[in-house]
Amino acid sequence: MHSVTVNINGKEYDVKEGSTILTVCKELGFDIPTLCHHPDLSIAGNCRVCVVEVEGWRTLVPACVTPITPNMVVRTDSSKVRRTRKLLLELILANHHNNCPECERNGNCELQSLAERYNIRFNRFQTVEKPESFVEVSPAIMRDSSKCIMCTRCVRTCEELQSVAVIKSVGRSSEVHIGTFEDKGLGDVACTQCGQCINRCPTGALYEKDETAPVWAALEDPGKIVVVQTAPAVRVGLEEALGLPTDHHTGKMAAALRRLGFDRVLDTDFSADLTIIEEGHELLFRLKDALVEKKEVALPMITSCSPGWIKFIEHKHNDYLPNLSTCKSPQQMFGAIAKTYLCDKEGFDPAKIVSVSVMPCTAKKFEKDRPEMNDSGFKDVDYVITTRELARMIREAGIDFDNLPIEKFDRFMGDSTGAAAIFGATGGVMEAALRTAYEVATGKEIPFKGLNVMPVRGFEGIKEASIPMPDEMAEGWEFLAGATLKIAVAHGLANADKLLKAVKAGEAEYHFIEIMACPGGCLGGGGQPIPTDMEKRMERMRAIYAEDESLPLRKSHENPEIQLLYAEYLNEPLGPKSHHLLHTKYTKRDRF
Amino acid sequence: MEKKVLLAENQPEFGAGLEKALEMTPADVVYEIRDSGMKGRGGAGFPTGVKWNLAGASSSDVKYVICNADEGEPGTFKDRLLLEKYSERLIEGMAIGGYAIGGSHGIIYLRAEYPYLIPAIEKARKNLMNKGLLGENIKGSGFSFDVEIRPGAGAYVCGEETSLIESLEGKRGEPRNKPPYPVNSGYLAKPTIVNNVETFCAVPHIILNGSGWYSDLGAGDCTGTKLFSISGDVEKPGVYEIPMGAPLKDLLELAGAKDVQAVQVGGASGSTIPASEIHRALSFKDLPPGGSVIVFNNSVDMIEVLANFMEFFVHESCGQCTPCREGNLRLMDAIHLIINGDICCVESLTPFFELAETMKLSSKCGLGQTSANCFIDIINNFVELSGECECGECNCEGGDE
Repeated sequence: MHSVTVNINGKEYDVKEGSTILTVCKELGFDIPTLCHHPDLSIAGNCRVCVVEVEGWRTLVPACVTPITPNMVVRTDSSKVRRTRKLLLELILANHHNNCPECERNGNCELQSLAERYNIRFNRFQTVEKPESFVEVSPAIMRDSSKCIMCTRCVRTCEELQSVAVIKSVGRSSEVHIGTFEDKGLGDVACTQCGQCINRCPTGALYEKDETAPVWAALEDPGKIVVVQTAPAVRVGLEEALGLPTDHHTGKMAAALRRLGFDRVLDTDFSADLTIIEEGHELLFRLKDALVEKKEVALPMITSCSPGWIKFIEHKHNDYLPNLSTCKSPQQMFGAIAKTYLCDKEGFDPAKIVSVSVMPCTAKKFEKDRPEMNDSGFKDVDYVITTRELARMIREAGIDFDNLPIEKFDRFMGDSTGAAAIFGATGGVMEAALRTAYEVATGKEIPFKGLNVMPVRGFEGIKEASIPMPDEMAEGWEFLAGATLKIAVAHGLANADKLLKAVKAGEAEYHFIEIMACPGGCLGGGGQPIPTDMEKRMERMRAIYAEDESLPLRKSHENPEIQLLYAEYLNEPLGPKSHHLLHTKYTKRDRF
Repeated sequence: MEKKVLLAENQPEFGAGLEKALEMTPADVVYEIRDSGMKGRGGAGFPTGVKWNLAGASSSDVKYVICNADEGEPGTFKDRLLLEKYSERLIEGMAIGGYAIGGSHGIIYLRAEYPYLIPAIEKARKNLMNKGLLGENIKGSGFSFDVEIRPGAGAYVCGEETSLIESLEGKRGEPRNKPPYPVNSGYLAKPTIVNNVETFCAVPHIILNGSGWYSDLGAGDCTGTKLFSISGDVEKPGVYEIPMGAPLKDLLELAGAKDVQAVQVGGASGSTIPASEIHRALSFKDLPPGGSVIVFNNSVDMIEVLANFMEFFVHESCGQCTPCREGNLRLMDAIHLIINGDICCVESLTPFFELAETMKLSSKCGLGQTSANCFIDIINNFVELSGECECGECNCEGGDE
């Protein structure tokens, strides 16, 4: 792109032709307010608060939409611009239920901060009463239409990033609202509960179903043993959610959980390692069944850790349910083991256990309530709170997070390897599975420098790789000698949809596919800190791979507590106990 | 006085204009239209030749010619007459447009309330087809063209060309961001011209008689004739054709308007002027002419008229952009406050005039940019506020005490 000269606020600049006024001004340090604009989404141009003055134009123009052209003369700071923006904000606020102190997004609301920035102290257009809250409840996602400003960021998120498209503008003028098919609740349509809409909502119109109250109650109940697990991506988002510098001390998180009063502070990373053992073997046995036993086996095998993805495939591609790994997600495996093995080891009564899970995810709230998730005779997981909810609890408890000591997780289900840490990033499950499955089948370490399977890393929407097997294999896996394992990784449901359609059309052939519902994987999950953008997700990804590098053990099968679990309780991967506790089945759901 | 071209008793044979155009180069057709100075008859007044030139220059194998027959401006019914009686002329004009820009596919986007016109349009299409003036390889020229009728879904905003295109694509009728403009990326992302019924109907006459003839019909750079639908307090409501640039009073005389208090020109989003200004010209420079002229006599309470129009906009805003969605509602609230006597002086309306200006400056499409016009015009010219109140906040006499 060649550069052009433009005049912004009275000074000339050489800028890239074709960029929008907003992009150019941002780079030059002119702060133009936005509400409907989001860097992850297409341009809507509907809130109009980014309007600027361009010489020669009859009207003001939206900076987010309008491309820079040669010799353009722009004013972002004129009184006309400022007054217009202020009036537009008054219009939005007049129809917005601004009960800020009681709002989920108090202190982290784009509308609130613009109202502050534009000094709105009195609304000249409050000619009618403000709308009342109307809260629609679904398993994980709450919608309060009285806070909605019709920016359509949720609509674009659902459609563009997730290809779920269950929400859309419905009605017109004063009747316009974000609606669903027949205006049913999000729980009654093909919503995956991924929560990506929450992450991009500028106000408090979308938020997770809060479960901190029952968690507090359990913590305060002396008759309960409250066991907590934390997902790999939580530890790279928690400090961000607390508004602290991000040095990602997992040990501080463990300390904070202990100070909140959890009786056992344990780790989903432990059960991520467990998942790898089960899922890695499942892949090898599916290949054996297909190639040696010549059985009808569903291939490619597809990962099942991401509950948003599971609900998506149950709605949209349910002819492919047999391809899903039967492994429960690490969250649910953890719950099942906590209420059996852990109780045996610690002498707990499983009926007294309250199993709490801290997740970067909203769909996990839905997953924990799936009726089949109670194989121990008890519910695997009782409560799921997001990274954001944990941050709120830490703040409410007055814990000085920054100055906490570094502490360890508790024993039996607290050890983990680098393979589990990378579950939080797209490609991480694939990489972890390869580190173990390759070694099981060949007896050798996977031949990537430093165990880093680079082709499956990064934020490319769909990644693929071919892993050649050596000529010499471990005993029992000789049939794979010289074969090539073809794998693919997708993150964000729009990419997942694309990938699965290609597989169905026979355009692509794989043995193993990893899919994560959220952009970037769990690190970009619907329960992670708001706001989100590419830069923030990059930062979380770097932290995840740094954690992997820093750990002494980086292969799931080397986790000593996992080895102990198999030795003392499960006996073998895919054995009867595993099948009972750690594997699951899926449900066909309606398309709409 | 009346000057009938589009509505003339003796009309050139349908198709004659197309046959002549086919003997010209496409570029010459575009130049002829450009030189005629014709501006779009839908109301916005964009020069038709310029639009066609841009679409012609846009490189694509597929281009679309769309006729905006979504005649929805309150008080407008001129296109209905053309569709009833002159659909062949319309389709002929569209075919000339297609030839000029290099497009073979025409679409008539017909107002949802006009389904009874479909047989007339279909018949016109068939007639042209039978005469070999539509279809494949028209008159051996190598140029093919056909039209289809697509009924609208009843939203006023779909008269705005990009909303119309969205609607044609089966989406929610909402204006698009511009750029890109339809001439570059319109229907199905292909170069597209969208013109009004009357615009297309005038095209064959221009081709047959020349651009010079056409521009001489009007006054100065207001070229050609224009159709007006007159309604309201007149003796002879109906559709009249007069030269562009003629004074409004000519039209009022034709229709027999008496005891005039106010005239609204260009529909609800146009201008509303008092009787003292009827000498003004119907031209894009003075009173931008859409298709509608509504006359109100002295018995009419103009605040009620305003309330009626604002209700219309509140109902018809697509709800996409903030100023239009919220602004019309708040203007409606102000009107109710006036009607209820809760607003006493123009001064206390200052925020609402500022709102009207903001809507004009920041709305996404023509709807929100013009819907406040009636508010400004009617409040300023026709509404007398009591000037007495006890609010203590304004400077009116009551407030001073």
